[in-house]
Amino acid sequence: MIVFEFLINAISLGSLYALIALGLVIIYGILKMVNFAYGELIMIGGYLLYLVGLNTNIPWLIVAVIAVIGAMVVSYFTELVAFRRVRVKSLTALLITTFAVSTLLQNGALLVISPRAKAVALPQIFSTSISIFGVGTPVRNILTIVISISMLIGLTILFRYTILGIALRAAADDFQMTRMLGVPANLVISSAFVISGAIAGVVSLFWVGRTASVTPTIGQGPLLIAFVATVIGGMRSLVGAVVGGFVYGVIFSFIGVLLPQVLLDYREAFMFLIVILILLWRPEGLVKVKYAEERVG
Amino acid sequence: MLRVEHLRVRYGAITALHDISLSVEEGELVALIGVNGAGKTTIISTIAGIVKAVNGSIIFRGQSLIGKSPEDILRLGIAVVPERRHIFPSLTVEENMRLGAFSRHNRSEYRRDLDEIFGLFPVLKERFHQIGGTLSGGEQQQLAIARSLMAHPELIMLDEPSLGLAPSLVDQIFSLIVTLQSRGTTILLVEQNVERTLEIANRLYLVNTGRIEMEGSPEQLKSQAAIKDVYLGEGKSGGGKP
Repeated sequence: MIVFEFLINAISLGSLYALIALGLVIIYGILKMVNFAYGELIMIGGYLLYLVGLNTNIPWLIVAVIAVIGAMVVSYFTELVAFRRVRVKSLTALLITTFAVSTLLQNGALLVISPRAKAVALPQIFSTSISIFGVGTPVRNILTIVISISMLIGLTILFRYTILGIALRAAADDFQMTRMLGVPANLVISSAFVISGAIAGVVSLFWVGRTASVTPTIGQGPLLIAFVATVIGGMRSLVGAVVGGFVYGVIFSFIGVLLPQVLLDYREAFMFLIVILILLWRPEGLVKVKYAEERVG
Repeated sequence: MLRVEHLRVRYGAITALHDISLSVEEGELVALIGVNGAGKTTIISTIAGIVKAVNGSIIFRGQSLIGKSPEDILRLGIAVVPERRHIFPSLTVEENMRLGAFSRHNRSEYRRDLDEIFGLFPVLKERFHQIGGTLSGGEQQQLAIARSLMAHPELIMLDEPSLGLAPSLVDQIFSLIVTLQSRGTTILLVEQNVERTLEIANRLYLVNTGRIEMEGSPEQLKSQAAIKDVYLGEGKSGGGKP
């Protein structure tokens, strides 16, 4: 029954990491830009949970919705105010702008709120356990699985069946051609940022839920996870990001169980060792595209 | 319908187009010919709004296209089938077609257009659920043209549609271009296959190092020694592109 508990844990982490990675790769696919300010969207979600949750009597579920919407709005505005201006310039300029936005948001939180961790009020459900097959399992883990997977299903439907989703995938294939078919560039990019923000918002609920506190640098961890997961899975596809994130989460859980107590501090080092091995085995990532890249007519 | 005047385009320090003036009338099939690097693709890209002009004007149906975005230009009625097709390789044929119809909203119209296009491109019906990147070169070219037709363009610009295709497919593409014109679409065609282009075009422009070197009907151009020399392999230097 230990196995069952472990499985729930691994799947929970895997599905959360899959979501984290997807939020990053949606933007990367279209703009070929790694959004280093992605982690700060998770931070924004966390601080909204703290600020709104602590100072009002609004039910937690509504606070959570506010946090998600807040992350979406901030994501939208980072694109509108910062990235749109430099998009037509070089990719390097764009990348550095993402660093700037990241630093700006982090320091903003540092100044306006506090450099120290703030406790976030969470509903009872985050700290209770239920018994499944006689094993005490934290409800939070099951909730993470259910919400992450529903979100992934929802996004799959969006990407597969709606014209906006198809346009987003097309833009990731060939942005200029997408525009030449009459799809407005700004619509595609703004939508990608809003979706990425929504994912970051949902992630923030569970990320903050693990420690019940929020700091200005809380986004750094998920950003690194997202980055590594997309590298493992294959940067070029949404499916790759999801697979990469899931594999990352599951392996990370495994290491936690298999490593002896004394080595547990080196968990991340072991994780990256495995990442290197995966990349040696499949340099293009786990998920390869199914067609040959065409260069010459 | 389309009037380009004194167009000048630069890529950094290099001037790609020096002074291009050309026109396309309603219902015409106009071709741009010339060696690689002459600037034909740049002309198309500038009209489509991808490349910015330094100087000159582009007027389509009385409206200036200078400074307009590619998406706006498509909505005005100009579609592009770019060189090397640029189909979306990870999308299915169906999804490619749906995007082609992005600028149109009516769902029942989409069905009807699709049926009509299947009449012209039966192979796309067979491949409807297949991923674009797995189609053959000829099928991809057909998909690229079919996709652009979904937007109901009044002017369609085809850049090297026969590039890299087997001879039998080249025939198919050329007869398709003729069919498109007979259906009332105006066409601006860029082609390397000068011999075949001379058979179907109403008028041609010979582009050379960013300038229009010659203009005229196929008969007029055929009589020019330079054309024979460079493109048809009849002159003493011979050996031009087939």
